[in-house]
Parts: sequence; structure tokens; C-alpha cells
Amino acid sequence: MAMPLLQVENLNIRFQTPTGISHVVRDVSFQMGREKLAIVGESGSGKSQTVRAILGLTPGQVTADKLEFNGENLLGLDLAQWRKIRGKRIAMVMQDPKYSLNPLMRIGDQLLESCRDGYAGKSAKERAMEMLVAVKIRDPERVYRAWPHELSGGMGQRVMIAMMLITEPELLIADEPTSALDVTVRLQVLAILDDLVRTRDMGLIFISHDLNLVGSFCDRIIVMYAGQIMEELDARHLNAATHPYTQGLLACLPELGRPVAALTTLQRDPAWKQQQGRRGTPQ
Amino acid sequence: MKASIRVIISVITTLLGLLIITFVIGRVLPVDPVLAVVGDHAPAELYARTRHEMGLDRPLWEQFWIYLSHVLRGDLGMSLRTSHPVLSDIASVFPATLELATAGTLIGIIFGVPAGVWAAVHQDRWQDHLVRFLGLFGYSVPIFWLGLMGLLLFYAELDWLPGPGRLDFGYEDMIEPVTGIMTIDTLISGDMELFKNALMHLILPASILGYYSLAYISRMTRSLMLGQLRQEYILTARVKGVSERLIIWRHAMRNIRVPLLTVIVLSYASLLEGSVLTETVFVWNGLGLYITNSLFSVDMTAVLGGTLVIGCVFIFINMLTDITYRVLDPRAR
Amino acid sequence: MSLAGDKQTTASSWRDWLLTDTPHSRLQARLGRTYLGWRSFAGNPLAMAGLVIFAALVLMAIFAPLLTSHDPLAGDLGQRLLPPNDTYLLGTDQQGRDLWSRIVYGSRVTLMIVFLTAITAAPIGLVLGTVAGYAGGWLESVLMRITDVFLAFPRLILALAFAAALGPGIENAVLAISLTVWPPYARIARAETLAVRNSDYVAAARMSGASSLRIIIGQVMPMCLPSLIVRVSLDMAGIILTAAGLGFLGLGAQPPSPEWGAMVSSGREHLLDQWWISTFPGIAIFVVSLGFNLIGDGLRDVLDPREQ
Repeated sequence: MAMPLLQVENLNIRFQTPTGISHVVRDVSFQMGREKLAIVGESGSGKSQTVRAILGLTPGQVTADKLEFNGENLLGLDLAQWRKIRGKRIAMVMQDPKYSLNPLMRIGDQLLESCRDGYAGKSAKERAMEMLVAVKIRDPERVYRAWPHELSGGMGQRVMIAMMLITEPELLIADEPTSALDVTVRLQVLAILDDLVRTRDMGLIFISHDLNLVGSFCDRIIVMYAGQIMEELDARHLNAATHPYTQGLLACLPELGRPVAALTTLQRDPAWKQQQGRRGTPQ
Repeated sequence: MKASIRVIISVITTLLGLLIITFVIGRVLPVDPVLAVVGDHAPAELYARTRHEMGLDRPLWEQFWIYLSHVLRGDLGMSLRTSHPVLSDIASVFPATLELATAGTLIGIIFGVPAGVWAAVHQDRWQDHLVRFLGLFGYSVPIFWLGLMGLLLFYAELDWLPGPGRLDFGYEDMIEPVTGIMTIDTLISGDMELFKNALMHLILPASILGYYSLAYISRMTRSLMLGQLRQEYILTARVKGVSERLIIWRHAMRNIRVPLLTVIVLSYASLLEGSVLTETVFVWNGLGLYITNSLFSVDMTAVLGGTLVIGCVFIFINMLTDITYRVLDPRAR
Repeated sequence: MSLAGDKQTTASSWRDWLLTDTPHSRLQARLGRTYLGWRSFAGNPLAMAGLVIFAALVLMAIFAPLLTSHDPLAGDLGQRLLPPNDTYLLGTDQQGRDLWSRIVYGSRVTLMIVFLTAITAAPIGLVLGTVAGYAGGWLESVLMRITDVFLAFPRLILALAFAAALGPGIENAVLAISLTVWPPYARIARAETLAVRNSDYVAAARMSGASSLRIIIGQVMPMCLPSLIVRVSLDMAGIILTAAGLGFLGLGAQPPSPEWGAMVSSGREHLLDQWWISTFPGIAIFVVSLGFNLIGDGLRDVLDPREQ
């Protein structure tokens, strides 16, 4: 098998709090290739902190047996080394462009800031415009000159994607990229993301709390709860999930055409917090 | 537009209130307002004449109306001490205070903003504690005492800086008062020795005021900067691999520019207040010294005139910050 | 069971009572919150240092005669302008008075000014603010406009003008400072009143026939007290500096009263050769002001930890 794009072994993240040490991510292990991997979980499950650790951007203390990107170690890097990886080789799109774009900088300037090295004879501005077109923005000139607050949510998110993909990174992390968008816009943005990731042969880590969404969009799914991995499975086999937590999540989802008298709620078994990191259905 | 009109109306009512207060202080509070104006040793006929002029035989609201119309015409009364109209006295001494407040604010900005940024970037480490301690010191130390200690150290002991006054003793009459700002006037006159002298005399009092300004500006800058560094767009910039230096100066700084400007303007206003005691210590011939000298001579007219002028300046400065805030934020347009 | 064991259970039972998740009365909940706030405050070394300074000030004022051996008001002209030595800890001033004694007794003057200002300004603000908030309408607008006008003045200068008109003397200085310090208290009182005005227990009181005055005094004002007390504590340092400034200018406590600001001023003419006369009183003002600032910062941290 080819070298996995990302290898994570026994990742632990701890925070110092006034009331003691908070163990936010426990013994998380997984690997991925150039595929679409989803990490699903409720708030506080540790999914965001896990991916931030891959970029060295978590304020917590990170320990792991292995954290490798394309065979290169990501543990204990200094700022200069991180800056070679961030943006260029691993990038991240965040949830709400209202907050993740600098409100006092024009879109064009923010795109230019992403441009780091030369682009085969094209100027940085040409490259930026190219990306705006790639994310299906119809009036790239206007958007280039616009301020962030002048854009709709969907456009803002597409700009974010463009901004992050300018440097052609190998891995893109998307932290709830469609959660702040309307449902109709959501599908458009997902389609653009899907297209770009496929044509550039990138890896994508897609964080969400929406099981249905990732079931149809991603290749594999990791389910996290209380800082640990509960189950790891193929998206196509989602309905055959074996872990009670995943089954519980699936059962909670309302389904059109199958009305129930009362919506099921998830009963959390405290035993799930105790178990060691589990690997689910083998590949 | 509507908002600006509301601001202007608010300013006018506040000014009116200001006038009422100075009127009350001048007429209602003292046991004998006439004595407050003519002094204890005035001859009887001066007393009677002033009493009539002040309209003290008329009802209070009519007195206020007279007072108001005088003030609006620019007549703030006659100074007992200098025998000049108070307004012209104030006009001649005000530039000196402006010079001091401006120099002090510049020092506050040049040292305060980088200090605040430095503290924010190194939050909770020794750099942060150092800056916060220096700020705390600035909020706790009496300004008049600091001025005296400054004179003691830099003038008496080390002889690095000249003593009180705006120029060495006796030279002040040699300068043609063009702007009233000594450093500029000496520069205009071409006399480089005097210019250097003026500059040296400015350093200590401006530094004392500057320290106050610095304490406030650094605290606010730190607070604003910390607020920005928590924002999502900063995370985006980090993900893009932008250097820490650019994150601070290109991203965060841009977002605190407008509130920081407000802070700076407010600091300037507070230095006008601080100048009262500083000018007294350094015998700096500005509005502050004018007020305190009038105070010592029990020249209430002059004291109230000065109070009124400073109050007006304060109100205008606050109005200015309000308006600039609206104008400079692109999101508000 | 031994007596020591009993004491321990009483202490822990008090703690449990304070920290319980299900308080039985508003008083219990309030006390519990205060206890937690105190614990947080006590964990802050700088805030505790401020508290120590304040305690030292109070002790100094109370035990002044025990701490000094010379008369602070009358001096020995044969011993004037002496530098710090064995007999006169901090030296003597131009009238031969022991500087250390004057500083120690000056703590009484300082405490008195601060205390009197607080109990003068706070009621003014409380009354104006609660009336404005409760009455509403044009009365509220007028009162708030008056508040804004006072806020528009720089504090020292307004206090100076008041003190100049009222004449020298400590009561006049207290009045002058109070008149410049009350506006924020009125704002706070009004805000709290607005929050409480339409609450159930006020409505109940009104229905049971209580007059507006009784409601204001009995129900509304007590709700304003906690925020007001905190705000007054935060203002203390500024009040001390303003009072010292007035003293420096000859307003406020008159000689021979050992007011620290006036002492700094009196040492001006001897600054170059007898520096101690101006220096030591100034240090006293600084330390006390610093103490109050530290307490104030500590209080602010306890009440609004987000600010950190």
C-alpha cells in the first residue's frame, strides 16, 4: 500500500485548566490516504482539537506515538518549520466566513496573501482570479475587490476554499464548512469541494456533526465521543454500524417517510468514556 | 445624518449644562459672589458698581441669561489678577498647554502602543507582567509628586535637563509669540540655541504627562489586541502560514485602529486635565498654571473662565471621537 | 467525639451550606456566591497585597499614637530641616515637625477624606439613579442629562472649581470631590433600577399598596448596593489622587493638619536640599493609591474573569 498521507498514532491532547488537567483527546489513532475522511461527533468530542493538532494550532499539550504527514514527522516542530507546512501543504477551511475572513481587508488582498511561491509564469493576481473561477464565482473581478461583509455566506465560503487551495496543498481540513450555510447553498459548496479534491488528488478531512451529510459525501467515517474514537467505518456501510453510540446517532436522525410517535434521544453509556481507542470494521 | 444631528443636539444641551454649572459655582455657591470677583480689599464703590453690573439685584434666571449672553459674545469677565479680559488671557496661554499635551500624547503613543502589543503577544509571561505593572504604577502615582521627583533627579542631581519654565530664566521675552508654542516659535525665529533650550525644557514635563498617557494607552492596546488575537480570522491567517509579525501588524492592528484612535483622543483630553498640576510644578505658562495662579489669588472669574474653556474642549473632543468612529469603520457606512 | 473533631465538622458543614447546589433562600445563595468570590480574590496575590496595604493604612490610623514619638502638629524650630536620622525617622520639615509622625497621622486625614467622600457621593448617585430609573419619562431624561453634564467635565478641574468657590477646608474638599464623583454611581443605580423595575416582587409590593417611595427605598435601592459598593471601591484610588491634588493646591485640609498632598507642596521650596519633605509624603500617597488599585483590579477579576 502506498505511504498513507497522514498517520496518527495515540494522539493525546491535554489542557491546563484552573481545576486540573483536561484530557480532551485520548489515544486517537487513524490513518488516511488521498480520500475523503469524515470525523463526526458532538460538541466537545475533540474532533476540532484533533485536526488543529495536525496543523500545530491547538493551544493544548500534544503527545503522540506518531504524527506523520507523508512520512514527515509533525511532532515538536518549531514555528519556522510549521510555516513551511501550513497553507502550502496542509490547509484548513473553517465554519463561518463572517468570522474567518478579515473584515477590514479586501478579498483580493487576502487571496494574494495566500500566494507564496511562483506559479509557473503567472502573476499572483492571475492565480487568485483563476481560483475564484475554479470555485464557480461568476463575477471574479467584483469579488476580488469586495469586502467580506459584502458577500453572502455561500460566496464567502467559496472564497475561503479558493484561498486555501491556491497553493495546491496535499491535505485539506474542512471544519464544519457547511454548518453555517443554508441547505441549498450547502450542496453547491459541497459539490465544488468534491470536484476540487478529486481533480487535485488531495486528501480531505471533513468534520461535521451531520451523519447523513458525511454518509453521502465522504469515503470513510470516524466517529468520536468524549475525546476517543468510537468507531471507524466505510461510508457505504454506515447503516451496518456496530458501536452502540453510532447506532444511537443513526437512530436519532428523523427520516422522511418514516414518521415516529416520538423522536429517539441518545442514551449515553458512561462506559463509552472508559474504553480504549477502538478500531471498527476493518478495511 | 440623523445620528449626527442627535449628537449635535446632545452636545448643545451638555454645553448648556456646563454653563449652568459654572454659573452656579460662580454665583450661587460663594457666600458673597461680588467679593469673589472684586476681592476682599475692593473699595465700596467698586463693590457697589460690580454688584450692579453682575445684576445681583435681579432674579436668578435673569442673571443666568445675562451670563449666557456674555459668554456667547466671548466675554468671560475680567481677571482680577492680570486686569485683562479672561478670554484673551486664556487665548495667550492655551497654546502652551496644547504643546505640552501634544508632546505628552506623542510619547504615550510611541511607547504605549508597542508596549501594549508586546504585552498582548506575551500574555501572562514576564513581558506582560512588566507592562501591566508599569501601567499600574502610572495609575497610582500622584502626578505632581512625579514631576517634583523628576526635577529632583534629572535637574538637581544629574543636571541632564533644565529646570522649571519653558525657557531658561529671562529668555521668554526674547521670543516673538507667533503660535504661542515655544518649540515652533523658537524654530521660526531661527535661533537654534533657543530652540534647543525650548526642546530641553519640554522634555521633562512632557515625559511626566507622557507616562500617564502611556499607562492608559498600553493598557487599552493590550486589551484590544488580546480581543483581536482571539478572533477566527487570525486563525485563518495562521493556517495560511502568515508570519506572526504580519499577523499582528497587518491583520490585528488594522482591526484595532479605530478604537485605538478613540483611546488616543481620550488620552489627549485627559492630559489637558493632567496639565493643571504638571504646569504648576514646572511653572509652565499654560492654561493649567493660569487656573492655579488664579486660584491662589482667589480670582474666581478667571478660575471659572478656565474651567468653562476646558470643559468645552472636553465636550468637543468627545464629540469628535464619536464622529470619527462612525466615519472610519467601513462596516458602519 | 473530640472537640477538635467537632470544630472540623462545623467548619466543613458551613462550607457545604455555602456551596450547596440547592440554596434554600436568596440570602444563602448570595452568601455562597460571595464566599466563592472571596476565595477567588484570596487566590490573587496582588489583590491580597492591596488588601494588606489597606489594612496597614487602617492600623496606622488607629494606632498612630503608638507608632510615633513626636507631635505631628507642633514642631521644634531648633530641629528644622533635618535629614532622616535616629531621632527623626524620616527627617523634619521646615517647622521642625517629625515627618514620620505627620505621615502616620496623615493616614487619618486620608481615610477620613476617602470615607466621607464615599458616603456623600454614593447616596447622591443612588438617589438620583433610582429615582430616574423608577420614574422614567421626562424626569429620567432630565436627571440623566444632568449626570452627563457632570461627566463631561474633567474631574480634577471641576473639583478644583467647586473647592475654590466653597473655600478651603476638609469638609469643602470632600463635598467638592463628591460632586464630581457621583455620576457613575447614578448610572449604575439607574441601570439596576431599570432591571428590577418590572420584576415580580416589585409588582407585588405595588399591588399591596406600597407607595413608590417605599418601593424605591425598600426594594430597589438594596438591589443596587452590591454594584455600587464595587464601583466605589474601584474609584477609591482616583479619589485619593484627586484629594492629594487638591491638597497640593492648598485646598482641602488646612495647615497644620498633616494632609499628604499639602505636605508635598510645602516641601517644594526646599526640594533641592531637603528632598525628604516632599518625597516621603508622595510615596505614602502612591502606596495607598496602589493598594486600592490592586484591590480594585482583584475585584474586577473576580466579577468579570473574561477581561483576563
